[in-house]
Amino acid sequence: MLTSFNWKSEVTDLRSQLRQLAGSRAPGADDAKRDLFKKVISNMTIGIDVSSLFGEMVMCSATSDIVLKKMCYLYVGNYAKVNPDLALLTINFLQRDCKDDDPMIRGLALRSLCSLRVANLVEYLVGPLGSGLKDNNSYVRTVAVIGVVKLYHISASTCLDADFPATLKHLMLNDPDTQVVANCLSALQEIWTLESTSSEEAAKERETLVSKPVIYYLLNRIKEFSEWAQCLVLELVAKYIPSDNSEIFDIMNLLEDRLQHANGAVVLATSKVFLHLTLSMADVHQQVYERIKAPLLTQVSAGSPEQSYAVLSHLHLLVMRAPYIFSSDYKHFYCQYNEPSYVKKLKLEMLTAVANESNTYDIVTELCEYAANVDIPIARESIRAVGKIALQQYDVNAIVDRLLQFLEMEKDYVTCEALVLVKDLLRKYPQWSQDCIAVVGNISSKNVQEPKAKAALIWMLGEYSQDMPDAPYVLESLVENWDEEHSAEVRLHLLTAVMKCFFKRAPETQKALGAALAAGLADFHQDVHDRALFYYRLLQYKVSVAESVVNPPKQAVSVFADSQSSEIKDRIFDEFNSLSVIYQKPSYMFTDKEHRGTLEFSDELANLSINAEAGDSAVPAQRVEANDNDLLLSITEKEEGRDAASNGSAYSAPSYDGASATSAASQSLADLAFSSTSGSGQAPASSFAIDDLLGLDFSVGAAATPSPPPLSLNPKAVLDPGTFQQKWRQLPLSLSEDFSLSPQGVAALATSNALLRHMQSHSIHCIASGGQSPNFKFFFFAQKAESASIYLVELLINSSSAKSQIKIKADDQSTSQAFSTLFQSALSKFGTA
Amino acid sequence: MISQFFVLSQRGDNIVFRDYRGEVPKGSAEIFFRKVKFWEDGGLEEAPPVFNVDGVNYFHVKVVGLLFVATTRVNTSPSYVLELLQRIARVIKDYLGILNEDSLRKNFVLVYELLDEVIDFGYVQTTSTELLKSYVFNEPLVVDATRMPPLGPATLFAQGTKRMPGIAVTKSVVATEPGGRKREEIFVDIIEKISITFSSSGYILTSEIDGTIQMKSYLSGNPEIRLALNDDLAIGRGQGPVYGYRSSTGSGVVVLDDCNFHESVRLDSFEVDRTLSLVPPDGEFPVMNYRMTQEFKPPFRINALIEEAGAHKAEVILKVRAEFASSITANTIKVQMPLPKYTNRVSFELEPGASGQTTDFKEANKRLEWNLKKATVLVIFYSLSPVVGGCEHTLRAKLSFSQELHGNITKESGPVSMTFTIPMYNASRLQVKYLQIAKKYGTHEPYRWVRYVTQANSYVARI
Repeated sequence: MLTSFNWKSEVTDLRSQLRQLAGSRAPGADDAKRDLFKKVISNMTIGIDVSSLFGEMVMCSATSDIVLKKMCYLYVGNYAKVNPDLALLTINFLQRDCKDDDPMIRGLALRSLCSLRVANLVEYLVGPLGSGLKDNNSYVRTVAVIGVVKLYHISASTCLDADFPATLKHLMLNDPDTQVVANCLSALQEIWTLESTSSEEAAKERETLVSKPVIYYLLNRIKEFSEWAQCLVLELVAKYIPSDNSEIFDIMNLLEDRLQHANGAVVLATSKVFLHLTLSMADVHQQVYERIKAPLLTQVSAGSPEQSYAVLSHLHLLVMRAPYIFSSDYKHFYCQYNEPSYVKKLKLEMLTAVANESNTYDIVTELCEYAANVDIPIARESIRAVGKIALQQYDVNAIVDRLLQFLEMEKDYVTCEALVLVKDLLRKYPQWSQDCIAVVGNISSKNVQEPKAKAALIWMLGEYSQDMPDAPYVLESLVENWDEEHSAEVRLHLLTAVMKCFFKRAPETQKALGAALAAGLADFHQDVHDRALFYYRLLQYKVSVAESVVNPPKQAVSVFADSQSSEIKDRIFDEFNSLSVIYQKPSYMFTDKEHRGTLEFSDELANLSINAEAGDSAVPAQRVEANDNDLLLSITEKEEGRDAASNGSAYSAPSYDGASATSAASQSLADLAFSSTSGSGQAPASSFAIDDLLGLDFSVGAAATPSPPPLSLNPKAVLDPGTFQQKWRQLPLSLSEDFSLSPQGVAALATSNALLRHMQSHSIHCIASGGQSPNFKFFFFAQKAESASIYLVELLINSSSAKSQIKIKADDQSTSQAFSTLFQSALSKFGTA
Repeated sequence: MISQFFVLSQRGDNIVFRDYRGEVPKGSAEIFFRKVKFWEDGGLEEAPPVFNVDGVNYFHVKVVGLLFVATTRVNTSPSYVLELLQRIARVIKDYLGILNEDSLRKNFVLVYELLDEVIDFGYVQTTSTELLKSYVFNEPLVVDATRMPPLGPATLFAQGTKRMPGIAVTKSVVATEPGGRKREEIFVDIIEKISITFSSSGYILTSEIDGTIQMKSYLSGNPEIRLALNDDLAIGRGQGPVYGYRSSTGSGVVVLDDCNFHESVRLDSFEVDRTLSLVPPDGEFPVMNYRMTQEFKPPFRINALIEEAGAHKAEVILKVRAEFASSITANTIKVQMPLPKYTNRVSFELEPGASGQTTDFKEANKRLEWNLKKATVLVIFYSLSPVVGGCEHTLRAKLSFSQELHGNITKESGPVSMTFTIPMYNASRLQVKYLQIAKKYGTHEPYRWVRYVTQANSYVARI
């Protein structure tokens, strides 16, 4: 290759020039060297491997010229790792430079020395680092502190053996230079967080960072810190748990002026402190929202577009949590024509959230402007936003009119979005059907191509066939074009719609139904085929039963549930001022555990448990996927609980005792078998139902038994984390209960590991814990005495509300209630001793 | 904590690349650039400033067409990293005088020197141009300024609409000037961006001014500066609704919704006499940012009309009226309007005698463009038809369509948007009353430049 030849010859060329200059003391030699060094580094930057020049570069670096030295350090730092043998060559001159008279050179040399990242050289680092930490120049000390972290990453044991963390702690609390203090804090946080996975002591040390003396010491100096170090300190303060309210107000008063800082990162970090400190004081918490609103809005408009987006994402989170506080600021969330679509999307969601009785008219008018926008994705989002507002308002009069106007705009994508919305709207407000159906009836199905919209139209044709004169004929023509319909979703809906139409207008639909069933039976798509066959057999069995299954009376939907669980939302809020807010998901979903920071092992488990929950709920989701309901469920919203199942599911078995609106098969069987739902609330998982069927869930029965047999636990139970995780994943949830903690218990939580020791005294062992105030999470296990049966517990505690929740999984589910009682009685004694 | 920092050119070349922690796999710059270039829809949608690929978080800001990027694996504060990237760009600009691909390439060794001091092992050490001076030894090679567009707020503002590049002079904080002696001077720029939306009937739906007082000081000896603003300046719009305009706007009181200040600013006497005092650090920095939704007089009124003129035809009439004093001249005015998708031909008709105006129909995105600018410097002096205050310009355009009109034509076109720059004008009426330097000078009083400029951010009229 020509290019590779070229750079090879250039490297050779550079080498010979470097050799010539190496020993030269001639005037101007340094300038010549500078030029050469620049060429080398320039090659390095663009990715050409110039590591073969290592020897020559080191030879040339015997110089007093600081510019040359710095370039050489840069070069050495880049290549030492791949050339450990050559790196040894540099140790000498770097060590010498570490003792130079000029503090600048001492600092630079020390930094380069620590950046070599070569494991077999660590012995040479300890000495210079030790003296660097004691250097009388603050620049050298700042470099040395970070050097300790570098050393830790090369060889943790060397770093700990030299007792560097203790030195850093001393420096942090005593050094006059704030950058040294800030670096110590960063270094200690990193080292102790990594150490705490294996060392109890390190975990304790890490917690002392958020103790009152350290926090007050840092807060009192906050204005001396650089803006970046301020962010660091504020982040730490947000984890601090003040002992009483006056302390909270003192901290907030002290930090009040930080909200006027021009740096958005400082403002957000301060906001986080305010929000987290006041979680337990609802009134003050609300005042905090009011207080931080204006500074955050200023950051949105004054910052760079990028910064503005980061702050807007945080405002978005706040708006979603407390829309009423922002309802008079809605104009700030209007989109500007030149904003990128990721900003517009956020703003549309915010507009949707803040809409209330007084501003809905303005907001919907504005949204309708966007619907005609040249930016089609945003136009679509805007129409959806109008629909969402309609679904959350009581007075939808005007909005329905606007939606219907959309249908008349004759823009394909507008019509499609509007159809989906009208369908959702009709589910909530069936009283509007007259007006809507009149307009929908005028839409030619030929103009609707998108599957979602077409499915919506077909659903309406089936559902309201009695009010739409030509519904049977439209459906018939759709059935005739069966083969051209590529979307299985649309074909499924077509089957159901033709059925519904048939029940209402049999003579007119009979032909279409026959054709649809025939086409469906011949369909290559499994679900379509099965549904056609199912309908066919139903009809064969009894038409009235078929009708009660396919077209039972419906209730209007009252609430469309959010796509995100409130647990996830709370987690994101806990991680305010982090990427979680931008990505709109908690950190365990996008970071691996070693980079997660404060929550380590427990997060893994949390992850597992959430995955397990997701897995559970996926079962009913799949169950309804192919039935009528998937049309009814709009993309982001899933209907809550049993409503989903009661709206007429095609897959539910013919009802046994005349209950026409049964829920899905397994659940209805479960109901029959026990005539009461499982003790664990919502029971979203069909696996419960199956357990019920198999008679595995005795929780209901056990609860009914007045006195459970006394349970004793093995005080020396052992379980390794791997097994714990595996079991946690495999076992079904057998019990979930909420209860309150005593005030003493909450207070005792502040002492690290106190709870763990306390529970241990009751033979309940902690395997992982984590979280930050006010939310704590623990995983415990226990073993039944003289048995292999294991209990697994997830305990969530919110220290500000004193609420806690336990989830128990057990090998032997019959005793889980007894275990829960034992667990709670143990917990209730916490803090009282 | 960040893992890597790099600067990419528009073509994706690495100009500067620094790996601080070695935790992110090789090739991150390529992964990043591909992702940005081909964000959803094959690059039609712009990539957000923060995204995650395979566990690596990428942050980027765009500065003068360059991409400043940081990566990290930890869940850190996005605004912290984005602010940092912006600040690194500013520090580099302070040193190089002019920030562009050329100057970066010429000075990359200096840039590495800076980067080593700004960040150590991923932890930010300092971004203060002043503190950095003692650690940086390379002399900047100043790129040829004559190849840059001529100085002046207008040209510097031309890039991007939301960005606010500094408009202080483009000289390095460290470079020695020809003649050896540094010129004692200080620049204070009041930069305002206007966002406004007119309804189809011409009344104002929303309006906001986002302003910055930017400073760049070349004064020796770190003297204290006192900046006095309007003494009746009010901050915080009180308890009323934010947009509840007061009826008495003629009172002259400037009411800001909110503002924030650079950390060097002391507000000791701000409550009393609206004076800011500070010892300006080296380099360019915002003294104060402010936001105002109080009613103000918009510099331009736009009238837009579209009318059907037969089954395949329509006519557009655009009128722009400058509502400011005739002593003030606006420049680089551009009016744009999206036309119906099926428009295939447009013929324009300017007013008789119009000069310095150009019109265009952008076939690809079906957009009408109307530029009103001064073609050459000559025009300024022998002004033929610059946009001075009080004047009005009209454009008529006849549209031909490839298909028959159906539906409402006003729903198929618009809104009209406008960009402009007006030097020595500010809509908020916020003023720097005086600029006091607390230092005795001999015969040579330092130069004090206080300049105002107003720019459109989102200036939109619906039809």
